[in-house]
Amino acid sequence: MAQTALDEQRKTASSEGGKSALLQLRQGIVRRRRWDLFFAAVGFVATMVGVVTLVVLFIDLILDGYEHVLRKEFYFNFPSRRPSEAGIYSSWVGTALVMLVTFVAAAPLGVAAAVYLEEYAPKNWLTELIEINVTNLAAVPSIVYGLLALGLFVYILNFGQSILTAGLTLALMILPVIIVATRESLRSIPVHIREAAFACGATRWQVVKDHLLPYASGGILTGVIIGMARAIGETAPVITIGALTFIAFLPPIPFQNGAGAFEWLFSPFTVLPIQMFNWLSRPQPAFHDLAAGVGIVIIVATLLMNGFAIWLRYRIRQKLTW
Amino acid sequence: MDLNTATLSTPISSSMPYPRSRRRTTHPLTERIVEALLFLAAFSAVATTVAIVVILLYEALSFFEHVSLLEFLTHTQWTPLFERAEFGVLPLLAGTFVIAGIAILVSVPLGLLVAIYLSEFAPHAVRESVKPFLELLEGVPTIVYGYFALLFVTPLLQKIIPDLPGFNMLSPGIVIGVMITPYVASVSEDAMRAVPMALREASYAMGATRFQTATRVVLPAATSGVVASFILGMSRAVGETMVVAIAAGQQPNFTFDPREPAATITAYIVQVAMGDLPHGSIGYQSIFAVGLVLVLITLFFNVIGQWVRRRWRETY
Repeated sequence: MAQTALDEQRKTASSEGGKSALLQLRQGIVRRRRWDLFFAAVGFVATMVGVVTLVVLFIDLILDGYEHVLRKEFYFNFPSRRPSEAGIYSSWVGTALVMLVTFVAAAPLGVAAAVYLEEYAPKNWLTELIEINVTNLAAVPSIVYGLLALGLFVYILNFGQSILTAGLTLALMILPVIIVATRESLRSIPVHIREAAFACGATRWQVVKDHLLPYASGGILTGVIIGMARAIGETAPVITIGALTFIAFLPPIPFQNGAGAFEWLFSPFTVLPIQMFNWLSRPQPAFHDLAAGVGIVIIVATLLMNGFAIWLRYRIRQKLTW
Repeated sequence: MDLNTATLSTPISSSMPYPRSRRRTTHPLTERIVEALLFLAAFSAVATTVAIVVILLYEALSFFEHVSLLEFLTHTQWTPLFERAEFGVLPLLAGTFVIAGIAILVSVPLGLLVAIYLSEFAPHAVRESVKPFLELLEGVPTIVYGYFALLFVTPLLQKIIPDLPGFNMLSPGIVIGVMITPYVASVSEDAMRAVPMALREASYAMGATRFQTATRVVLPAATSGVVASFILGMSRAVGETMVVAIAAGQQPNFTFDPREPAATITAYIVQVAMGDLPHGSIGYQSIFAVGLVLVLITLFFNVIGQWVRRRWRETY
């Protein structure tokens, strides 16, 4: 069958139709090359859609909100009914405190969990169960963490709608991010480092704390920063626990005016994204500009954190020589 | 000699270079305490999952004591906060799936193009400089995307569709689509780059162009990962909250017309949480009931996505 087809081709090639067949072949090649180039262009444009979106988004925010961002009072005024006097004092302080709680709760817990899974865990069903849970938790929508916190932290543990509740909620949410990043950087440390330490008589914990954690610190830091950057802009879970939108006071400062060291943990609060949501939900355009101002503050904070983390990772990759 | 090679060839696993049993008997107490603490930290992942399930089920069950499951699943009105409360989840589901559907319509072609381009076409320099940008795009907080949808994309769409209301499902759908594109693209690209070089080389050796290699050799070999990326992207779109709560309006509306305003499951939870509902009321319980539905939907997509990834993976 194939033989006859080949014969056929040869016949046409040798006959006077040969020239046109060759021409057709060439045209086909040219057409496919052109199609190839065309697709490369389409792919490039599609890729640029993301980049352009980022740029347009940023320009749009800046055009709407730059006036507020440049005002000093914007950072040191409480929210107000009059747009010209409104500021984000209570919300940026709230965000900073919530992030502090999140960091203190999530970083040690995440690193410890990762160290266990990577260095200690025996291969059994329990380890398998933990691994499956870490994977699945990363895919749970953030608002579900809010529902968990509303039921567990706010009402069962009675932490109230406080900074502590919000910090712990976001900590649970970013835990998978930190665990995955820490595991990856532990895994990239070659076995012979561990073997050398064991050979010198180090215990497993000594190996972890004196050798593995210092080597992995860059990767861990990257994971923690990316997790925190996600937490800083996260709105849904914090709204769900019932954070207030209008806060015209700061949490009590420790050891002042009779406040205890940890009273601020249980204070009502608001955070930057909620402040932005609140202003965005109002019909007056003047408040939308305020929202844009908060948006710039949030986006600059997250971009700086993410950018730093990405830079750190590339640097570590380049420096990595075992 | 024989003995020597035998000990050398004993496999040493990376995580367990030392026999576990020997360590147990010789190591001091602190080692055991540290190990127990680390285990507890790892176990917190399981505890979190259990807590989510227990809390959602507990509150949802109290909800279903007042509302029959049949009414919940078949009625077409969702007005839990009205005097004459109706509890039909269908309007919320319709809103959720219309918006997620638009998002997928945007992100699948876009994400696929980006993945093919980055994995098969882009010069090294382009790939290395574009990928951090895409990562940054993934890092932009969703509330900022919400601002973008309400105050930039909707007015833009109103120029094309003049009678488009200020709140609609189209605009948040498109914005969520662009938002999840980097995710879809990166999962697809990982799958495509995992296809061995030898396959591409064979294709090139037969005279195929890059486009032919990408679409007829690499893509079919990476199908499972690419399809999984679409499903996982869908799961993300369903769980997305702020963009929808801001730009789609928060009125439950049983419609499949993307030009109309509607509420999704997530938007409803936000709406209730913004008001001050007393603990234990039916409205309070209703957000856990719909939250449970949301978890089941996303879990379904995730399980299917992981299954597709594993089931149809070509191994080389």
